[in-house]
Amino acid sequence: MRYSGFKVILEGLRGNTGWAPAWRDPDPKPAYDALIIGGGGHGLATAFYLAKNHGMTNIAVLERGYLGGGNVGRNTTIVRANYGLPGNSEFYSHSLKLWEQMESELNYNVMHSQRGIINLFHSDGARDAAARRGNAMINQGDDAILLDRDGVRKLLPYLDFDNHRFPVYGGLYHPRGGTARHDAVAWGYARGADSRGVDLIQNCAVTGIDIEDGRVVGVQTTRGPIRAKKIGMAVAGRTSQVAEMAGFRVPIESHVLQAFVTEGLKPVIDHVITFGAGHFYISQSDKGGLVFGGDLDLYASYAARGNLPTAEHVVEAAVQLMPVIGKARMLRSWGGIMDMSPDGSPIIDRTHIEGLYLNCGWCYGGFKAVPGSGYSFAHLIATDSPHAPAARYRLDRFRTGVGIMDEEATGSQHNLH
Amino acid sequence: MRITCPYCGPRDRREFTYRGDALALFRPDPEAGDADWDDHLHNRDNRAGRVRDLWYHDCCGTWIVVERDTVTHEVHGCEAAAEVPR
Repeated sequence: MRYSGFKVILEGLRGNTGWAPAWRDPDPKPAYDALIIGGGGHGLATAFYLAKNHGMTNIAVLERGYLGGGNVGRNTTIVRANYGLPGNSEFYSHSLKLWEQMESELNYNVMHSQRGIINLFHSDGARDAAARRGNAMINQGDDAILLDRDGVRKLLPYLDFDNHRFPVYGGLYHPRGGTARHDAVAWGYARGADSRGVDLIQNCAVTGIDIEDGRVVGVQTTRGPIRAKKIGMAVAGRTSQVAEMAGFRVPIESHVLQAFVTEGLKPVIDHVITFGAGHFYISQSDKGGLVFGGDLDLYASYAARGNLPTAEHVVEAAVQLMPVIGKARMLRSWGGIMDMSPDGSPIIDRTHIEGLYLNCGWCYGGFKAVPGSGYSFAHLIATDSPHAPAARYRLDRFRTGVGIMDEEATGSQHNLH
Repeated sequence: MRITCPYCGPRDRREFTYRGDALALFRPDPEAGDADWDDHLHNRDNRAGRVRDLWYHDCCGTWIVVERDTVTHEVHGCEAAAEVPR
């Protein structure tokens, strides 16, 4: 079924009796050409591009819970391409271009809003770093504008510009950055994959990976064994558990990242804003809630909730930066499980087991990567060769030290990102 | 979350800095080769459940091995890293 404005009006007049489910709910077949483990944003996008770009339609996505019930359904929805290092730069640039065509490609409203991102800076050194990053973004073909203090004041008049400790010196403005409706991205890719024949199998937890003579032959699941010669893992914070089923360990530590939302307010924040002197970023959802977050809780955790010290830090930073929101009442907070890699950059690569492919290490930035990750992972699975924008996301870079992508220059070591 | 420093007693989590898996206490031989070192430095069990990890007490400088649950955040035991047999 194709969605359109005309269809919405027609169904309104017909009492909404003509809508069909957006995807089927099939039982698993005994064998497929390829399986994707994980029905989140990355897994669903991978299935979509396998079908669309590579003609692989006899494939299935295996999801332990329900589609889009993990991190793609519990993030702060920011979409951007403002990276500075080769590897990340071309990958996120490609991903942002896919975002810009996503709604027409999927015939689905993901409410992609390019409202602009402003990364504030609060010192001369930070201004130099922002200028350098902006130049890197422009060299990559993306957009960046270095705003001075007055430039920021025109866009964000409600900030505390004269904060004693962290006065606002300016900001790096990335107009093509913005937000999207996170659930809709998962649903759009799910519908697109399903309509091309991909089986989306929910309530189907993988319990074992079958390997014969060094190559993968299938999986054991709570809904029976399924055979396939190609299997892609896209399970984010659960990567270590799935890798363990295949008998190896990955360079991933799972951490909890919290996010917060206030009650719905009238429009006040038109952009995505990041505080440059502490861990805090904020935007306003279309429902009016202020959506914000900060740093990881900074210790390994699988609890989908955080601890108070990080919540306190985030709220302190918020009130320092924009006292205007001090009276907004916080509605709820939640936590997602992040697959943290040693250098803070992701992995899209083969494994030493033939036919088993790895997609992980998205740290706290997986949402914006959804289309690019799916596109590149599908290319890798279908052709057994890396897709150019993701070619540097190699698993062996930690062992060799070649091609480490340490965006924050803190080192390639766990717990530094 | 509260962690018990062997010298200072139970304290709030704010006083401590997380330093990763307690395998840092068990370094491979310097000549073990890059596969072993890669495994030691980068690869992790990353268990959902009971783990042993290292915490540093910022106040008194003690390194502590904390046994805790990564799913519930429950702390089961704390001992000075210096006392842990290697």
